[in-house]
Amino acid sequence: MTSSTHRLAGASAVAIAAPARRHRSVLPGFRLSLGFALLYLSLIVLIPLGGLALKATQMSASQFWAAVSSPRAIASYKLSFGAAFMAAAINAVFGALVAWVLVRYRFPFRKLVDALVDLPFALPTAVAGLALTSIYVSNGWIGRFLEPLGLQVAFKPLGIIVALTFIGLPFVVRTVQPVLQDLDHEVEEAAASLGARRWHTLVKLILPEMWPALLTGFALAFARAIGEYGSVVFIAGNMPMKTEITPLLIVIKLEQYDYAGATALAVVMLGASFVLLLAINLLQRWSARRQAGCTD
Amino acid sequence: MSATVAIQSKPKRSAEPLTEPAPVRWLLIGVAGLFLALFLFLPLAAVFVQALEHGVATYFAALREPDARAAIRLTLLTAAIVVPLNLLFGIAAAWAIAKFEFPGKSTLTTLIDLPFAVSPVIAGLIYVLLFGRRGYFGPWLDAHNIHIIFALPGIVLATLFVTFPLVARELIPLMQTQGTQEEEAAAVLGARGWQTFFRVTLPNIKWGLLYGVILCNARAMGEFGAVSVVSGHIRGLTNTMTLHVEILYNEYNFAAAFAIASLLTLLALLTLGAKSLVEWRTRRMAPATDEPKDELAS
Repeated sequence: MTSSTHRLAGASAVAIAAPARRHRSVLPGFRLSLGFALLYLSLIVLIPLGGLALKATQMSASQFWAAVSSPRAIASYKLSFGAAFMAAAINAVFGALVAWVLVRYRFPFRKLVDALVDLPFALPTAVAGLALTSIYVSNGWIGRFLEPLGLQVAFKPLGIIVALTFIGLPFVVRTVQPVLQDLDHEVEEAAASLGARRWHTLVKLILPEMWPALLTGFALAFARAIGEYGSVVFIAGNMPMKTEITPLLIVIKLEQYDYAGATALAVVMLGASFVLLLAINLLQRWSARRQAGCTD
Repeated sequence: MSATVAIQSKPKRSAEPLTEPAPVRWLLIGVAGLFLALFLFLPLAAVFVQALEHGVATYFAALREPDARAAIRLTLLTAAIVVPLNLLFGIAAAWAIAKFEFPGKSTLTTLIDLPFAVSPVIAGLIYVLLFGRRGYFGPWLDAHNIHIIFALPGIVLATLFVTFPLVARELIPLMQTQGTQEEEAAAVLGARGWQTFFRVTLPNIKWGLLYGVILCNARAMGEFGAVSVVSGHIRGLTNTMTLHVEILYNEYNFAAAFAIASLLTLLALLTLGAKSLVEWRTRRMAPATDEPKDELAS
């Protein structure tokens, strides 16, 4: 305790004169709490992930390349990323609409609907997959109406998009909603008083304010969807080359004790996730700056 | 100045609507409602309808079946181990991050979120690479007859990983907005560390903490991908509720699959209810502390 306390106290000696908030060393438990947090983080997250990196480096370059560029793997990336992109796009459009309706309009059961938007966060993915499959199969509640139109959803790539749309639904709504809530009504009133058409106000004033949040929500939904497994395996049919997502291919490799092959695919997916994580961080900073700019 | 007067006197001003015309409004509400119905409400209803399709007797028989009971027990046991551990971590991490300044703080905050960016399947894979039969420690564990993968410890580890950030993420922003003044006052008045925590900090964060725990519990009980990789799917032994749902579904035993799924759905609905309750509590408490304006408005 003492050494860090002294260092903090020493550093804050200057700051105390100007009443900045650096005299935090009065509070106990810094070393205990940080030490425990770091130990736990290392044991549960960092060391296991390090093991994955180590496993990947033990493979030769050609071995790694062969594992990640097999036709079956390529087909799975196309499906995983393509379906995740489509689902995130659907969520961007309809999520923004849902957020708008929830913030701006009053209608019966609004509070209940608002609360239920979070359902995909709380519902186990396996249950979501089971339920969606049951209503989108050819004799299901919705499937029976789509079947005569020649639309098959369950056990087709379309079914994967449906499952991923469900999984990503709250992300766009919950990132756009606060932005719409904080939007200054005076700007809209000013536009209206200056004779702007409602449609113009929406496109020229409100949409630009929504963009950063909308993109963040899209990226979050996309990132969540590419790694999704539980809901998809129920509805996808899981045919190699056709409806087999990358996470499922990892599971299949593991079941065959092909640890190296599974690791190589996992490295590709983690790489994509980290790039997305970085993009999301940048987007969130942009969006925070935009919001701060509004209130100033 | 004269311009403002001119605009105000224009009769057109009040004619320009600040919201959309009623038909457009109801059309938008209708489209949003239809989207939510197709993707949210119908699946939710489907779970309960199909669970009870063959009558209440079949429903309860499915829940009383020995393998189902073993799965429920395993899921409860896993959550009972995982939630307290992640709670402890969440409190420790939030205390260090919200109450102190130290180098690398933002890196630590990012690292806590890391499990959210990792596919659940990869969360299972990393433990198989460490403890699996052909993993780094596999031979050693085999020699000492310790089972981690395809056993309870593996299921607990994978679940710990996927629910790792949940409590911490609820607590960090909450404790950051509350600052350190109250704790400092307590410390100056001679309160000991734990006294400060239990008497000052805990009452301030209890609602957020409660929701973090409830959410962590729901996700721990509902985890599928990560657990599926490490469990080995041994009926009656290493099958959690979600894995049991999958097995029943693959055996075309739909009524039983939906019966177990309905329990998990009830848990999800309870979690959402708890969230609404906590938000309502915090909103009621907020005006008194920092936003007196809201009280006037409402």
